[in-house]
Amino acid sequence: MQTRFSFGGDEHIFAEVDEAMSLEAFFKSLFITNAVREAKIKGVTEICPANASYQVKFDPDVIKPDDLLAELKRMDAAADKSEPVIATRIIEIPVLYNDPWTHETLMRFRERHQDPTATDLEYSARINNLDGVDGFIKAHSSAPWFVSMVGFVAGLPFLYQMVERQRQIQAPKYLRPRTDTPKLTIGHGGCFSCIYSVRGAGGYQMYGVTPMPIYDPNQTISYLRDFMCLFKPGDIVKWKPIDRDAYDTAVADVDAGRFAPIIRDVSFSLAEFNRDIDGYNRKLEGVLHGH
Amino acid sequence: MVIKVLKPGLATTVQDLGRPGYYHIGIPLSGGMDRHALVAANLLVGNPEGAAVLEAVFMGPELEFSDDAVVAVTGAELPPKLDGVPQETWSSFKVKAGQKLAFDFLKKGARAYIAVAGGIDVPVVLGSRSTYALGALGGFKGRKLEAGDELPVGTATAPAKEGRSIAADLRGLPAGMPVELRVMPGLYWHRITDAAGIGFFSDTWKVAPEADRIGYRFKGGKPLEFVPREPPFGAGSDPSNITDACYPYGSIQVPGGTEPIVLHRDAVSGGGYFQVGAVISADMDQIGQLQPNTPVKFIKVDMATALAARKEKAELSAKLRSALA
Repeated sequence: MQTRFSFGGDEHIFAEVDEAMSLEAFFKSLFITNAVREAKIKGVTEICPANASYQVKFDPDVIKPDDLLAELKRMDAAADKSEPVIATRIIEIPVLYNDPWTHETLMRFRERHQDPTATDLEYSARINNLDGVDGFIKAHSSAPWFVSMVGFVAGLPFLYQMVERQRQIQAPKYLRPRTDTPKLTIGHGGCFSCIYSVRGAGGYQMYGVTPMPIYDPNQTISYLRDFMCLFKPGDIVKWKPIDRDAYDTAVADVDAGRFAPIIRDVSFSLAEFNRDIDGYNRKLEGVLHGH
Repeated sequence: MVIKVLKPGLATTVQDLGRPGYYHIGIPLSGGMDRHALVAANLLVGNPEGAAVLEAVFMGPELEFSDDAVVAVTGAELPPKLDGVPQETWSSFKVKAGQKLAFDFLKKGARAYIAVAGGIDVPVVLGSRSTYALGALGGFKGRKLEAGDELPVGTATAPAKEGRSIAADLRGLPAGMPVELRVMPGLYWHRITDAAGIGFFSDTWKVAPEADRIGYRFKGGKPLEFVPREPPFGAGSDPSNITDACYPYGSIQVPGGTEPIVLHRDAVSGGGYFQVGAVISADMDQIGQLQPNTPVKFIKVDMATALAARKEKAELSAKLRSALA
């Protein structure tokens, strides 16, 4: 991996850590953007990690573009020599897979899909050689996911599963984007899952919904009062499949202001993770449930 | 004081100079698309430069004032009328309690800025009063204005003056046809062939109907030809796809290689399309004044030219400030 730098106009520097997605590329982009944030460089106004790249916005009246570029290149080279460990959080997200709302929506837009005769879950299970819808849900929800980018629209997390490349779930986007997606839909496109923070257009396959709002501009939801977006790049997400009763209970709890998401602080070491992926993921899940 | 919205116009929103610092979680800058015109409107009525104003696109709203006020309209040539009597744009004028401010048809440009002494006093959200409609955030209830809305107006900190105006050479509007937008090639420029790169800068493009605060789409140029590749893992199979990355303000993505889209103040913060470069900061205001079908040429420049243009723009702002000091 050799980071490629480019100016994006006179106010941005874009750094592509790698063309391809990998945990290593994501981790480096997160590590460097954390370092840039801590360095408090004068004139830097936005620091945005992405899946396998990052972007820094700056005021060229305060810092010369070439000076900032040289500084970022220096930090990039230094990152290769350090062992990447980050302090982050693991968050459990309940999911009602195969729910009635995404089902209704996907039926409405069937002619825009690769396989109009199957549901998004059935199609994705088949092309990933998984054992039907149940097998797919198991693969999707058993290993945790990294929030590898937050964006597109406010608070929307892109998620990359913490497994080897050959176990990554892959699915194309719809042939033509839908004009509607229920809010809080769990979607998937390419190798990324996402949670649609608001209702709207979308092209990702739709697998389920979470009862847990992740963006609240009015900040009335109990756990979003401190900040309106739940996710930060680097958060770890573990999906928890739930049934309709548990979903309805959770929705009522959110409305009543008594829903408390399970969020724990963890430290993540990429080297330790790579030594024993399944074992490390089991340990992370242990942190979530206090054992 | 309250301004009652009798007719909302097409997409009138509350905007100030924007909301920096939250792009990494998908919340864009927002704020006036033509910041120079926004600042001018505020200075005309004696407001701080970054007070909240109304941004009206293509069509003006109809507003009723509960109290006496001083108002200025800048940006697009959208002629104001006070109880039917025409008023000058780029000038401050007095509005009496109960009077109605309406607008004639748009003559030139795309976005008008309506400043009121005291500023539109909606709540400050994450440091700004700007509307980000996609996220239902900021502004008046997170959305464009609707008939019946009542906009609170703040108390003027400095005495507002009527009868002040701004000379034509300080307005900073696009001049000449086709409009020239200066671009620094970069980002994923290497994805297209040399011939496609030459074509991109030599073709004349036209503003497409899909042009809003998120981005401006252009059409009419030749499709871009891509350098062949094996799709990287995570990028997707279309040659215009990349592993989803951040999009700079002003960046030019070309989905499928056909119609360039320049992202603006309500930009989607990232996604999976390659970009050929970015419009320089000095030319971003001009985009906000382009109507659909306006012919546009992209002009290739380097960083030195971009910084010189930025300096020139800052000098124009300085002249504007001293003219109204």
